[in-house]
Amino acid sequence: MQSYSTRLFLLAPATVWFAAMLVLPLIVVFVFSFGERAAAGGYVPALTLAQYANLPARFTAFKNTMTLAPLGTLAALIVAYPLAYFLAVRASPKWRTILLVMVIVPFWTSILIRTYAWIFILGGRGIPNLLDMIGIEGVRLINTPLAVLVGIIYGYLPLMVFPIYVSLEKLDKRLLEASADLGARPWRSFLQVTLPLSLPGMATGCMLVFILLMGEFLIPAMLGGGKVFFVGNALVDLFLQSRNWAYGSAVATTLVVVMLVTVTLYMRLMSRGANQRDDVGIF
Amino acid sequence: MRAYAIVVYLFLYVPIGIIVLFSFNAGRHASSFQGFSVKWYGKLLSNPFAMDALTTSLIVASTTAVLASLFGTMAALGLQGVHGRWRALYDAVIYIAIMVPGIVIGIATLIALVTVFNFANPVILALWPQAFGAAPKLNLGVGSLIAAHTLFTMALVIVIVRSRLAGMDRALIEASADLYAPPVRTFWQITMPQIFPAVLAGFLLSFTFSFDDFIIAFFVAGAETTLPVYVFSSIRRGVTPEINAIGTLVLTTSLVLLIVAQFLLHGRGTRRPRGASND
Repeated sequence: MQSYSTRLFLLAPATVWFAAMLVLPLIVVFVFSFGERAAAGGYVPALTLAQYANLPARFTAFKNTMTLAPLGTLAALIVAYPLAYFLAVRASPKWRTILLVMVIVPFWTSILIRTYAWIFILGGRGIPNLLDMIGIEGVRLINTPLAVLVGIIYGYLPLMVFPIYVSLEKLDKRLLEASADLGARPWRSFLQVTLPLSLPGMATGCMLVFILLMGEFLIPAMLGGGKVFFVGNALVDLFLQSRNWAYGSAVATTLVVVMLVTVTLYMRLMSRGANQRDDVGIF
Repeated sequence: MRAYAIVVYLFLYVPIGIIVLFSFNAGRHASSFQGFSVKWYGKLLSNPFAMDALTTSLIVASTTAVLASLFGTMAALGLQGVHGRWRALYDAVIYIAIMVPGIVIGIATLIALVTVFNFANPVILALWPQAFGAAPKLNLGVGSLIAAHTLFTMALVIVIVRSRLAGMDRALIEASADLYAPPVRTFWQITMPQIFPAVLAGFLLSFTFSFDDFIIAFFVAGAETTLPVYVFSSIRRGVTPEINAIGTLVLTTSLVLLIVAQFLLHGRGTRRPRGASND
């Protein structure tokens, strides 16, 4: 058993770090959101709700985020589910681990470089050029909502596959045998047994992807070309270009609150639904 | 079913393959492959801006990895003895560190540090003895980058090491204590060898995260440029084969580190940590 002083020594650096680099900065953002913009940019202390009242000025960014983030999450779910099912149920055990690692590894490599690849593919010399050759002309892909959606699916697919895989892999195969013995066709077994039991994994995946998408900057910045911008792009603009810290802080605080509400709803849903808990290690 | 899986894997890996392929393109244009050449790598090596950015990234990533794995492991060990309300609070902070998006971390760090520096710099200037020359001025740069990267990666190391500790054989520690080994000796001879793969994996993941991070660096790098920030601004100026060469190097680096980390965490002959198993 550790002594009290040992424990203090072990926890001190991490505690100081969390306090100075996480808790304090988040408090600063919260406090600044009630302030005013200095004439030359920056922040002047004040106690006003003016910044929050002004949120509709960035309505488009919020609207884009709140439409494309759920849409992107749904699209990623639709693409990910069959793959997760294949990995958990159909793939041979010999290949399963390596296939799974191959899904996860891209997630841990540079999202910047991977998104850049799609500028290449969707840009004028990529797919539109190939379509041109077979006679379909004038297709524009880059800088459209569709390009952003493709980027989202590509970037976040691994994060969606993994939790669904975990819930499918844990599934008791005897339930499927029982269902078949009772005369259910495979499709019916899938809809009435497999799908409901993989709901927790789907919910976890959707929540992870949705949360990260709400703070997304790179994908819309690179594939949306300034036409499709998210709250993240508005934040970069507010802090690095117009230096409106107070208003930017209000936008950031709103974003974090929306995220916290989402997570809380998810936790409620999960604890009510079942006592099943998916401990998701992303790696 | 299998065909679908193949299509998804192509979707995941073809874009990466294209970058790698075109980094060896002799021609300048992206539309056609005009023969094999390593000239873009040569161009890259003689580009001082790219090399500066690479140096900054390497310094930041290795310092971050050392700090995060050291402090994270210490915290994971210390947390074993913390229960109840304090434990719940600490867990909540770790979760927040992992879940809050990078962009919010970037913004928060930026305005908090700039505000602190605005207070501190006049004070340092007033207190600094003339004999030591010009007073140092606190500024955003390598230090703030390391501090911000260490925050997230430390939380990650805590989670990884803790799951390994949870899967560890308690009986060995008790046996060691029964045989009158002092706690320090038990730690180095029993605990450390068992958690070491997790610590090393945490180190590699921290390095990868820091090396690949764009959004936090975008806010807190100040006048410094990291490799991802350099790539981002180059892309804005137009797509060139040189970016493909950087991309290939960056992807190769993180792929190698990740495969090693994966092997350490789940490899043959090691105990599978509970809760972190992906098999």
